[in-house]
Amino acid sequence: MKNRRKLGRGVAVVGAGMSKFGMYKDKDSKDLFFEAYQELLTSVDKGLDPTDIDALYVGNFSNDFFMHQSHWGPILSELIGVTPIPATRTEGACASSALAFREGVFAIASGFYDVVLVGGVEEMSKCSTEQVAEGLALAAVPYENQVGFTFPGVFGTIATAYFAKYGASHENLMDITIKSHNNAPLNPKAQFPYTIRDMMNQKIEKAKAKGGPVPQWQTEKDFLRDPRANPPVAWPMHLYDCCPISDGASCMLLVAEEIAKNFTDDPLHVAGIGQGSGRGLNSAPTLTSFEATKRAAEEAYGMSGLTPKDIQFAEVHDCFSMAELLHIEDLGFFKAGEGYKAVSEGLTRLDGPMPINTSGGLKCKGHPVGATGVSQLIEVWNQLRNKAGKRRVPKRDLRIGAAHNLGGTGGTSTFTILERR
Amino acid sequence: MGNRAFSDISYQQFLAEEKLMGSKCNQCSAVFVPPRPICTECLKSDLQWVEASGKGKLAAFTCISIGPAFMIAEGYDRKNPYFVGVVELDEGPRVDVRLEGLASKPDEIKVGTPMTVKFLHRGEGDAEKTYLAFEPVQAQRSVAR
Ligand SMILES: [Zn+2]
Repeated sequence: MKNRRKLGRGVAVVGAGMSKFGMYKDKDSKDLFFEAYQELLTSVDKGLDPTDIDALYVGNFSNDFFMHQSHWGPILSELIGVTPIPATRTEGACASSALAFREGVFAIASGFYDVVLVGGVEEMSKCSTEQVAEGLALAAVPYENQVGFTFPGVFGTIATAYFAKYGASHENLMDITIKSHNNAPLNPKAQFPYTIRDMMNQKIEKAKAKGGPVPQWQTEKDFLRDPRANPPVAWPMHLYDCCPISDGASCMLLVAEEIAKNFTDDPLHVAGIGQGSGRGLNSAPTLTSFEATKRAAEEAYGMSGLTPKDIQFAEVHDCFSMAELLHIEDLGFFKAGEGYKAVSEGLTRLDGPMPINTSGGLKCKGHPVGATGVSQLIEVWNQLRNKAGKRRVPKRDLRIGAAHNLGGTGGTSTFTILERR
Repeated sequence: MGNRAFSDISYQQFLAEEKLMGSKCNQCSAVFVPPRPICTECLKSDLQWVEASGKGKLAAFTCISIGPAFMIAEGYDRKNPYFVGVVELDEGPRVDVRLEGLASKPDEIKVGTPMTVKFLHRGEGDAEKTYLAFEPVQAQRSVAR
């Protein structure tokens, strides 16, 4: 990689909003983006005049497949009344809106625009589980699709390679699931705001009420080990290793640093931004790491002058429990082959030294794929601006957080570091 | 053979002929299965066809309960899941494959198991397609041929 990257001029985040994520029969993509945009408008401390927005970048992976509607840029610029400003859709599978964020940053850094709205949207729940699996698999590499891989299958495959190489087991992945679910009830935007214990107890109560046999689970792991409660989807990925099917939207307001004070006295700064591409299972350098994530991290750390030790908390792309394990190693938070020990020792819990997915992650917050990248950055925004409520990272002087977004079989990866100065 | 493009279409045509083919770089000897038109090691575009031996070992696998439409059409579902995975060929490259003849319980399957190629022909007429599959070496010995 070439020597240190830098932006032509600084870029600040001054507003953010997201819809609640969930499965909605009575809301479509426009309704969800409107909800996110309304929240963004109220989040800009000194207010936003929408006619000041110079451009819109919006991430969407596959509403074409899920909803038979593409070309979301102008649909959304019309919705919020900012036509005829340029409106561009970005696509990078589940990393689509992180790419929108990145395009927005570059558009401002180049000096061409001063105020850019970035975001993402996806509407998935009106399809069957099989249709969603097929739609998402469009982002796998062709050789994987041809022999019948699904995304849970890709990460199940990676898990068997990781287990064989490092001696980890599905029990370690359960620790990731339990950890993320412990954060979820603290996030009012979470699609599943329940702990594993909550859900286990609900099922026990239900069984008692029915008068049938009552499950004998004592611990959360008893529950997760029971194939009736936690059936395999793509072994060793079970139901509770997988993020849900979600609808949702997210957006953020980016401005040139030099005008940030017109919007807020408390902006966040884009300290580092990186992106990489990667090969699929058949030709990746190893099955237990994503080269795209390593490149994204290298770019972002290089630009910021920061190291993994400087990152105080992070959102990482836990589409599957196994994915979170790879990312915390690839991003340099833990050494290769040691991430699973860190997780099982509790180091990534909200009160641990390196909190991961304080929002509950994709697993609990939900994963409307095109909206996810920016929604992860919104969690960083909430944490750094002291708006995370009970899930605020309990560290003094919270200043630096990061978000990692992944698309495909490690095909696209981004890493973005935000800083409160 | 020499006239075919180093492409996915050629790769698939060879599979239908029960040949597992790749490309080998004449400059640096790197081998690619499926074939590539550009050597990703030295970036030269000077390659020749090579046939892989069809032997390798299981690098990773999964057992899928919820598959895409074409696997559902073959009768696979939550009650009848199927195996896919990655095999590392003796020549070095890895291939994405369907897996046959493995233990039915996934936790009894060992990464590293020696595997051998099997070509699965499915469908008829225009819909006929050949899938690349591998099975354990022992499984093949026990099948009468
Ligand atoms: Zn070469």
